[in-house]
Amino acid sequence: MFDTLSDRLAATFKNLRGKGRLSEADIDATMREIRIALLEADVALPVVRAFVASVKQRALGAEVSQALNPAQTVIKIVNEELVGILGGETRRLRFAKQPPTVIMLAGLQGAGKTTLAGKLGRWLKGQGHTPLLVACDLQRPNAVNQLSVVAERAGVAVFAPEPGNGVGDPVKVAQDSIDFARSRQYDIVIVDTAGRLGVDQELMQQAADIRDAVRPDEILFVVDAMIGQDAVNTAEAFRDGVGFDGVVLSKLDGDARGGAALSIVHVTGKQIMFASNGEKLDDFDAFHPDRMASRILGMGDMLSLIEKA
Amino acid sequence: SRSQNTLGKGLLTLLSREHLDDDTWEEIEDTLITADVGVAPTQELVERLRTRVRVLGTRTPAELRGLLRAELLTLVDPSLDRVLRTESHEESPAVVMVVGVNGTGKTTTTGKLARVLVADGRSVVLGAADTFRAAAADQLQTWGERVGARTVRGPEGGDPASIAFDAVKEGIAEGADTVLIDTAGRLHTKTGLMDELGKVKRVVEKHGPVDEVLLVLDATTGQNGLVQARVFAEVVDITGIVLTKLDGTAKGGIVIAVQRELGVPVKLIGLGEGADDLAPFEPEAFVDALIGE
Ligand SMILES: Nc1nc2c(ncn2[C@@H]2O[C@H](COP(=O)(O)OP(=O)(O)OP(=O)(O)O)[C@@H](O)[C@H]2O)c(=O)[nH]1
Ligand SMILES: Nc1nc2c(ncn2[C@@H]2O[C@H](COP(=O)(O)OP(=O)(O)OP(=O)(O)O)[C@@H](O)[C@H]2O)c(=O)[nH]1
Ligand SMILES: [Mg+2]
Ligand SMILES: [Mg+2]
Repeated sequence: MFDTLSDRLAATFKNLRGKGRLSEADIDATMREIRIALLEADVALPVVRAFVASVKQRALGAEVSQALNPAQTVIKIVNEELVGILGGETRRLRFAKQPPTVIMLAGLQGAGKTTLAGKLGRWLKGQGHTPLLVACDLQRPNAVNQLSVVAERAGVAVFAPEPGNGVGDPVKVAQDSIDFARSRQYDIVIVDTAGRLGVDQELMQQAADIRDAVRPDEILFVVDAMIGQDAVNTAEAFRDGVGFDGVVLSKLDGDARGGAALSIVHVTGKQIMFASNGEKLDDFDAFHPDRMASRILGMGDMLSLIEKA
Repeated sequence: SRSQNTLGKGLLTLLSREHLDDDTWEEIEDTLITADVGVAPTQELVERLRTRVRVLGTRTPAELRGLLRAELLTLVDPSLDRVLRTESHEESPAVVMVVGVNGTGKTTTTGKLARVLVADGRSVVLGAADTFRAAAADQLQTWGERVGARTVRGPEGGDPASIAFDAVKEGIAEGADTVLIDTAGRLHTKTGLMDELGKVKRVVEKHGPVDEVLLVLDATTGQNGLVQARVFAEVVDITGIVLTKLDGTAKGGIVIAVQRELGVPVKLIGLGEGADDLAPFEPEAFVDALIGE
C-alpha cells in the first residue's frame, strides 16, 4: 500500500522515462491512480468520473518537459484543473444596497451553522459593521441559548424572541428580525436555521419559507469537510430545496481530505467562500483553492515543487 | 430517497441482466464506493467475490447479488456481541461515556439512550462533561428533563474530568442504575483535547471501570471516519459505535472498515432528532440499505 499519490505514481512510472509527448497508456496509468486518490479524498464518484475524463482530454498529447516526468506532467494538469474549478469566479459577500444585508445559513445537522453565525458576526463587526444574529432554530434543544452565548462571545447582538425547544415559529422570527434590524440600525442580519436533512421535505419547505420571508442577499450552505459520498445528494437537495449562493466548508482543522469541496462546486457551480477551521470564533478564513487542491490530492510538498518547474 | 434511487437503479439494471459482465462488476463496485465503503475494502471485497463466482460457477447477477450480501454480512459480523452494558453493579451504577468528533450527535444520543433506560424502569444520571461548547450543558439538561434523568453539571469552562467524576459520585450516592457521560466534541487531530478525554476516563475510573465507551460516528462521514475511530480507540478504548443520522441518504459504509480494522461493533443507530429515534444496529437491515434493497 502506498500512502501518498506521489508514491503510487512513482511506482506506476518506475519503468517510464519522460520524453516527447504523453501517450494514452501513460495517461491511463496515471488516471487510475488519480481516480483512487480522489475517491480516497471523498470526492463523489460521478464527480471523479467527470473530472478524470476532462483531465484526460487535456493531458492527451501534452508535452513532457525537461523538468517534469510523465507522472508529474499529469499531476500538474490535474492540479491546475482542481484549482481552476475550486477557485473559479471568486467573489466577496454581496451587500444590500438598502441595509440590512441578509445572510442566511443552511445545512445538515451539526455542520457548524451556529458557530459560523458567531464567526461571521465577529468578522463583520471587525470590519465596522453592526451585525445581528437571528435565532431561527427553534427545534434543536437549546439552539437559541447556544446562539445567544455565541453572540455574546462574538460581541454582537442577537434577536431571539422565542425560547425554542419546539416553541415559536421560525418563519415569523425571521420576518420580524428585518424590521427589528431596520429600526435599530443593524446593517447585517445573520439568520441561523435548524439543521435539516436533504430528504426532509417538511423542514426543507420551512427553510424555503424562511428564505421567502427575509429575501437573503446571500444564502450560505455550510458543509462539514468530513462528509463523504453523500455530499452530492445533500448539495443537490439544498440547491433544489432552498437554493444557495455560496458554500462554507467547516471543520477544516481536522485531517479530512475534503473532497466534498470538489463534489459540491462541480455539481452546483457555487463557489466556496469561507473556510471554518476551529471551534473558536476567530478560526475562520477566506477559502484558498490552491491549498484545498493539495489537500485533496494529499501531496502538498510535491505540488509546490511541480508548481515551480 | 435520492441515493437509494441512484444505487437502486444500478442494481435494477443489474438484476435485469442475464449474465455477469464487466458492467455488472462495475456496478457492484460503484454501489459500495458511493456508500462510503472505501476503495481498498471495495476492491478486496470484489476480489473475493470474483473468486467465489469462479468457484461456485455463479452465472446470474441475482446470484451475484446474493453473494455480495453474504460477503458484506460476514464483514459486519452478525455474531458480534452488541449488547450495551448498562446494568448496574452491586455497589455502583454502570458508567457509559459518549465520545466523538464535533457535531456527530453525542448529546442527542446520550439523551435518547437515557430515554430507553428510563422507559425500562432504570434510574439514570447524566454527566455534562462538555464545558466548552456554548450551551452544551443546557442542551443535555433539556434532554434530561425531557426523558426524566437528572443532570450533573459544572461551571462553563470548568474541568470536564471533575464533572464526570462528580456525576458518577452522585450516581453512586443516589443508587442510580446508569450514569451517562456526555463529552465535548473534539477532532482526533487535537492532541491536547484527546489527552483531556483520556484524563476524563482515567478520573472516572477512580470509581471503578467504565462499562461502555461509545464512539458516535455520523453516517455522512467519509473516509475520515476510520482515522477518527483509530485515534479514539487508542485514547479511550472504545467498546461500541453509534452510527447516527441514518435517516438521511448517507449509508454509513465507513463502519465496515472501522469494524474490520478495530473489531469494535456498531451497537446502536440514530434515526432522527426525536427521543425515540434510537435503535439497535441490525446487520441485515444495514447491509440491505447499503446495497439498496
Ligand atoms: N473543530 C471544529 N469544530 C467546529 C467547527 N465549526 C463548528 N464546530 C463544532 O461543531 C459542532 C457543531 O457546530 P454547530 O455550530 O452547533 O453546528 P450546527 O450546524 O449549528 O448544528 P445544528 O444546529 O445542530 O444543526 C460544535 O461542537 C462546534 O463547536 C470547525 O470549523 N472546526
Ligand atoms: N437527522 C438526525 N439528526 C441527528 C441525529 N442525531 C443527532 N442529530 C442532530 O445532529 C445535530 C448535532 O447533534 P448533537 O447531539 O448536538 O451532537 P454532538 O455530537 O453532541 O455535538 P457537539 O457536542 O457540538 O460535538 C443536532 O441538530 C441533532 O438534533 C440523527 O440520528 N438523525
Ligand atoms: Mg445550530
Ligand atoms: Mg454535544
